[in-house]
This record gives sequence, C-alpha cells and structure tokens, in this order.
Amino acid sequence: MISVAGVTKKFGDYVALDDVSLDVPDGSLTALLGPSGSGKSTLLRIIGGLESPDAGRVEIHGEDATPITPQKRGIGFVFQHYAAFKHMTVRDNVAFGLKVRKRPKDEIRDRVDELLAIVGLAGYQTRYPSQLSGGQRQRMALARALAVEPKVLLLDEPFGALDARVRADLREWLRKLHDEVHVTTLLVTHDQEEAMSIADQIAVMDNSRIEQVGAPRELYDRPATPFVMSFLGPVSQVGEALVRPHDISLTPHAEGDGAREAMVSRVVHLGFEVRVELMLTDGSAVTAQLTRTEADELELSRGDIVWLRTAGSATLPV
Amino acid sequence: MTVDRGWRLGLRTVALAYLALLLLVPVGLVFYRTFEHGVGAVWDSITTPAAIHAFQLTLEVTAIAVPLNTLFGIVMALALARGRFPGKALLDALIDLPFAISPIVIGLSLILVYGVHGWLGGALADAGVQVIFSVPGIVLATVFVSLPFVVREVTPVLREIGDEQEQAAATLGANRWQTFWRITLPAIRWGVAYGVVLSVARAIGEFGAVSVVSGKISGKTETLTLLVEKRYGNFDLAGAYAASALLAVIALGTLLAMTLIKPRREEGET
Repeated sequence: MISVAGVTKKFGDYVALDDVSLDVPDGSLTALLGPSGSGKSTLLRIIGGLESPDAGRVEIHGEDATPITPQKRGIGFVFQHYAAFKHMTVRDNVAFGLKVRKRPKDEIRDRVDELLAIVGLAGYQTRYPSQLSGGQRQRMALARALAVEPKVLLLDEPFGALDARVRADLREWLRKLHDEVHVTTLLVTHDQEEAMSIADQIAVMDNSRIEQVGAPRELYDRPATPFVMSFLGPVSQVGEALVRPHDISLTPHAEGDGAREAMVSRVVHLGFEVRVELMLTDGSAVTAQLTRTEADELELSRGDIVWLRTAGSATLPV
Repeated sequence: MTVDRGWRLGLRTVALAYLALLLLVPVGLVFYRTFEHGVGAVWDSITTPAAIHAFQLTLEVTAIAVPLNTLFGIVMALALARGRFPGKALLDALIDLPFAISPIVIGLSLILVYGVHGWLGGALADAGVQVIFSVPGIVLATVFVSLPFVVREVTPVLREIGDEQEQAAATLGANRWQTFWRITLPAIRWGVAYGVVLSVARAIGEFGAVSVVSGKISGKTETLTLLVEKRYGNFDLAGAYAASALLAVIALGTLLAMTLIKPRREEGET
C-alpha cells in the first residue's frame, strides 16, 4: 500500500500540491486523473522520490519512505517520453537495474528474456530503442521497471506520447498485465476514458488538491463536485442543476410536474446515439443524448417544441 | 525566393575566391615551398634536435593540458546544465573569458601571478618550482587558452538529452557514479570527443600566450609554433616552412577527426 499524508509542495510561489492525502490499496491499479497543472505528476514524482515534499510524508508498505532516495525505495518508474537508454540495446536497457545490483549473468539473461516475453518483445533483444516504435519503447520501459521487482509501479502519463490507436491497445494490454503481475500501480493520466477503462480506483485532482477518490462507476454516478462531474463525462446544465445528457428524457407533451419546455435547435445523428441540442425558455442551451430508437419515436426536427425532464443519479446543484 | 542564375554563379565565385585567397592558396603554398627542394631537405629540417624537442614538447604540453580541460569541462558542463546554485550565470559568462582575452594578455597576466616577482611566483620559486620560462608555464598558458572548448561542446548536449534518463537510472537503483559512467557519459561522448579535438587543435597551435611565458629557450621551452617563428626571424625560410607543414599536417588530422565526429554529434547518434 502507498500512503500519502498531508503532502505539500511549492515551486517558488507556486503551490503544486496543497495538503494532499491519498491511499493506494495493495495490488490495485489506481489512476491519478486531472487536467495539466493539477499537480498529479508532482505527486507521483514525490512518491517516487524524484521530488521531495515541503511537508507531509509518504509511506510504502507501512514504511516511511520520505527520507529514502529513489534508488532504495523499491519503485518502478515509467516516464511519458520513455527515458530509454538510447546507447543500449533492448536487452541492456531491461537488464540495467539487475546489473547495478550485480546479479549473476545467467540469472539476468533469463530474467530479461522472461520479461521481454511478457511485454511482447521477445526477439527484440539486440535492437536499439531508435529501432522501436513508440509503443514498443514504452513496453520496453515497463519491462525495465518491472525487472527489479518493485514494490510499487509508478506510471507518469505512460501513453501520453502515443497516437490514439496505440494508446487504446496499450491501455487494454496494461490492464491485462496488471491482472497477471498484481503489482500495486499508480498511473497518472489526463484522459478520463483511460482512467475509467483500466483503473480500480480513481483520484481526481484539480488545483493542487485531490477532489474525490473512488471507483470509476462511483465517481461517475455520484460525483462530489461539479468539477469531478464535468471532468468524468459530458454535462448539461438544466436550470440550477448539472445532469448527464443521457439522463435527460424528452416527451412531446407536458406530462406531470417538473417538465420544462424546450425548443429543438439541432439534431445530430451519431450512429446509435442521437444528440439533441435544445433551447430552454430562459434562453440557455442544453444537450440531450438519446438512443436512436427514442429519437425515431419522437420524430424530432428543428423548431419542434418538446418537454424535458431529468432523471438519474448524477445530478448536482451548481 | 528565387535567385537569378547569374547571381548564384556570381555569389559562388566570390565565396570560392574568398576561401581560396585566404585559405587554400596560403596553406597550399606552404606545402609547395616546403617540398620545393625535395623531401630529403624537409626531413633533415624537421629532425634537427631542436625541432624534435619542439615537437615532443608540444605533444607533452597537449597531453597534459587536454585531459585536464576535458575533466574540468565535463564537471563544469554538468554543473551548468544540471546544477542550481547562485552565481551560475556569472560562471557561465566567465568560462568564455579565454576566448575574449587576447592570448598575449593571458601570457602577461600569468607572468604577473607566477613570475619570480609575481603574486605566487616568489613563494613557488622558494619551493624550487619555476613556472614562468619553464614547462609548467607553457602548460598553464595552454590550459587557459583551451579551457572553454569541452564545456561549450558538452553543455548544450547535456541540456538537450535532459535528465530523464538519469532519473530513470536512479529509480532502477543506480547511484550517481554508476549513472554517470553508464548513462550520462555514453550519451555525451560525441560532444566530449568534439570538444577534445578542438582543444587539441588549439593546444598545438597556440602561439601568443605560450610565446610570452616560455622564454623561448631552444631545446628547453620552445614549442613547434615558437620554432616556426624563430626560424622565420632568422631567415631560415625553408626550415620555417618545413615546421609549418608539420603543424599543418597535424591540423589536417584534427580537421579529419572533426569531420568524422561532427555528424554523429549533431544527430545525437549513439
């Protein structure tokens, strides 16, 4: 378990972390999610020992890690831009941590081959990083970090420099790898879809603080703040409340209480999903998300008057 | 922008003529004059005891000055690229001082400090160490004039590669020393090599500062450049040309080394 308690970090006058506390359960894959500048990378680097906090402490497996150098912390760190050792082959890159630990050569060779097989780079031993694609380099970096059998694995935007398709593939792959290796993992990302799809637990950060920690579903359905709600998915503002566009239902006539009158200003067909842009009587714009069947039944077109009501759990007052 | 064909030809001719008149013709003439009276005469001229000693002294001084400056240059480049300390900007500017000051002023300032009546020279003389008009003075002058090359070549390379690889090495358990030898040094090696070649060229060719501090004692403190000057002054033109040709050959050798190193350094190839 990684336990961060009351960590504060300043760079000059800029407060990068403001009294942050977080627990990462053993064997979990936790995502630190937030916009750029929210402090998530700084928090990861403090846990890894690459930065030292001005106040607060970091515990790894119950042991105070705050005064321990990164060399001795028992961490694996993966950088956004791979930090591949360019002058070394893939084999030497992965073997690096074992070589500085002076392990026997046979053991190193076997361990490297085994790890390269796990990350899908068997047969690439004699290549140089410049001969690998971005995704392959990052998998090599992951094998390198895992070689020293770290207590915790820290990933700083590991897929941030890759294009969208490779990113989606590697994301799935990382989740599967985690299910096999079970090392406690903390992953920094600004991509909510990435966090939602692979993490057991998400800590949402904004403005140098942690806004909310919870399982992906919990954060989506019961966001604590408007920021968390809007960062995890699309939102529409209806009157004084924030709702998810798919929690808005439309009817052709006023039925019961609480329905609001709205005019259809645009209908966008996105395959299965239909996005309806509406204007309320007070002039504000609202987006509703319907299924194709629902939209077909309503036969919506521009200028129609409909009645709008909101349902669902994720509704927050502004 | 398109440049008229005539203009282009004209510009090329001017550029080539400029290079030819300033560079190719003078250096070519040195070689021509050198071998005008046959190879035997040249051989005799560069194998006199004074010439051999001058050649040896030049190599000896270079062999001391360049490693010193390489070590200093790498440490200083690491401090400038990675360190955070007060006065860094000032230090950065000071490194270029040897480029800015005329070598002859450097020579004179060394005499002021290390001469017999100088600030440190008296104490050193009492201890039996003669700096000025002796080999240590030549080494000091050479170190001084070739000081900035390695720093200036290595610092930008260090800045460009960044410190992520070093941080990665640290998280993998490598201490600072292991990180330097296994990660940093291999990454900057072509920058170091280029700086070393430039330092060697400068150390061998240095004249002004060495001329002031050496005393020009034939067979003792006379370097190759000083030998050329002396022979020229004594109207031994053939001898001067022969020694010059030797210097020029060494220079061509360094030029070749630079040409081989430069593309690798610029690509950051490893």
